[in-house]
Amino acid sequence: MNAQATDITPATSTRAGGLRRRLPGSVAWHIGSLAILAVILYPVIWVIGGSFKRSEDIIGSLDLFPGDPITSNYTRLTEGIADISISTFFLNSLTLALGSVIGILVSCSLTAYAFARIRFAGRNLLFTLMIGTLLLPYHVLLIPQYVLFRNMEMINTYTPLLLPKYLATEAFFVFLMMQFMRNLPKELDEAARLDGCGHLRIYWSIVLPLCRPALITSAIFTFINAWNDFMGPLIYLNEPDKYTVSLGLKMFVDQEGLANYGGMIAMSLVALLPVLAFFLAFQRYLIDGMATSGLKG
Amino acid sequence: MGTTVTHAPAMEGLSKDKGSEPRHGPVKSSRPAALKRRGRRENLAGYLFMSPWIAGFLLLTAGPMVASLYFAFTDYNLFDAPRWIGLDNFSEMFGDPRWQHSVRVTLWYVVVGTPLKLLAALGVALLLAQSRRGQAFYRAAFYAPSLIGASVSIAIVWKAIFSDDAIVDRTQKLFGLNVGGWTGDPDMIIYSLVALTVWQFGAPMVIFLAGLKQVPRELYEAAEVDGAGKLRRFWNITLPLISPVLFFNVLLETIHSFQIFSSAYIVGGGAGGNACGPADGTMVYTCYLYVQGFENSRMGLASAMAWMLLVAVALVTAVLFWSQKRWVHYEEGAR
Repeated sequence: MNAQATDITPATSTRAGGLRRRLPGSVAWHIGSLAILAVILYPVIWVIGGSFKRSEDIIGSLDLFPGDPITSNYTRLTEGIADISISTFFLNSLTLALGSVIGILVSCSLTAYAFARIRFAGRNLLFTLMIGTLLLPYHVLLIPQYVLFRNMEMINTYTPLLLPKYLATEAFFVFLMMQFMRNLPKELDEAARLDGCGHLRIYWSIVLPLCRPALITSAIFTFINAWNDFMGPLIYLNEPDKYTVSLGLKMFVDQEGLANYGGMIAMSLVALLPVLAFFLAFQRYLIDGMATSGLKG
Repeated sequence: MGTTVTHAPAMEGLSKDKGSEPRHGPVKSSRPAALKRRGRRENLAGYLFMSPWIAGFLLLTAGPMVASLYFAFTDYNLFDAPRWIGLDNFSEMFGDPRWQHSVRVTLWYVVVGTPLKLLAALGVALLLAQSRRGQAFYRAAFYAPSLIGASVSIAIVWKAIFSDDAIVDRTQKLFGLNVGGWTGDPDMIIYSLVALTVWQFGAPMVIFLAGLKQVPRELYEAAEVDGAGKLRRFWNITLPLISPVLFFNVLLETIHSFQIFSSAYIVGGGAGGNACGPADGTMVYTCYLYVQGFENSRMGLASAMAWMLLVAVALVTAVLFWSQKRWVHYEEGAR
């Protein structure tokens, strides 16, 4: 999207005698980067190592990995939390996350298409309103939305958590897709239009397939956000068998706490795995998507 | 370069739309009826495509905002009908020492955490902008915390590594600082949250990097020929040219910081039902809002608190937008 991206290497512009000057610089660069990397990765490595330690060794010992690793922290997890199997929490989180992804992809791409490709009266006003919601603190809506869903007797269902995703309330994704769509060549639409295609055909057969990168980025971000979400489930769900992984983990901490530190750490790591897997598989899309959000497309 | 446009890059909106439609002007006189019909059809299509968003906006944003404003002036416990009490919620709120404390904690968190995070992001972005082998790997690794940082898992890890006798405590003991773990100390625990947000510098860093890549290289070469040192080049070339990106990051990170909840709730939360930290150490604004609304069932008071938060965020946003005229440079004719 930012096609004219050129790397800046101010120090190396004079090629003559560059190598002599570059080598120490390069070493310093790698040392600096590795030092930052160590700080960044420490908590992640700590949680991996800790999950194989005995509960009493987790805090006190500075060793990242135990001398005699144990797996009982993990086997203990198969007993579940408060008589509910861990897989229930995973299934609940998965349902919510996938439901959110579908909602965001459909509703936000429709909205983005309207903003990017249709000239209709009042578009600029609606666009301003949408950008306004991007800056609006969610907490202003928290209580009235709760009251609304409570009056509709939807507490302890997934509707309050999913419905907003189907109504394109996540302006960030509308914006991301819109930026992408605006950069598609207009000639495509015009050609299709001459062939008698309406907006729905153009949206479905031309624009959506070309927007795949933006759709993938939105899908992954949505999945991760839904997986990590804590406040929404905390407010709307009150029966443990409907809890998400985040809530289950919090319940685990509250119930067992320090007595089962090892189990808590193991569960924390297991809860992180889907996000880490997504990151490893799609980091390119995520980083490009993030980079675009700050720049005009 | 010198010209300033009063739009943030991301907020640029639709003003520069190239226009998918044929220009209306010249054609208008020849076939007005057909065009009118076409315009009407476009309007219809536009609103049909927008209908999920419009429904969401009315039902989940605009409607609730109005309701919240009304609740703010009522006594409402969810079970009885809201009772109008005028400004009582606001006077109770302002006089409540615990509310004042939550404002102080939040402001402290925003004022310390946001600049540190952005400094880290910019510093590391400058380092990574020198394209060397492994750049993509470091960029990805540094970005990872931004994805997992909001999870309950990381909050739990955080609580552990900042507790008594864990790594942070041991490290400070090496320097002769016997202050103990941060999570047990009401005054220090907020800094563990600051550390958590700084740890997530990757997201703004990626945006800075994208901005840095758009700075034309020739400018540096010209400046180097003129004998400008590294610092001069940074101050006079890099900083002005990435100021739109800097503005975007400052705006989003600041607004975001005001709304911190989950990490404060979990890092501070104890098994004893103490919602937000020893002696309210992590009782940030939204934590207190949650306590008042959902634990004490004081929906009216919590709505008043939410509106105060909105006013504060709106003020900060307004000040930032006002200030950008002085320090944000938009390139003339920038795409």
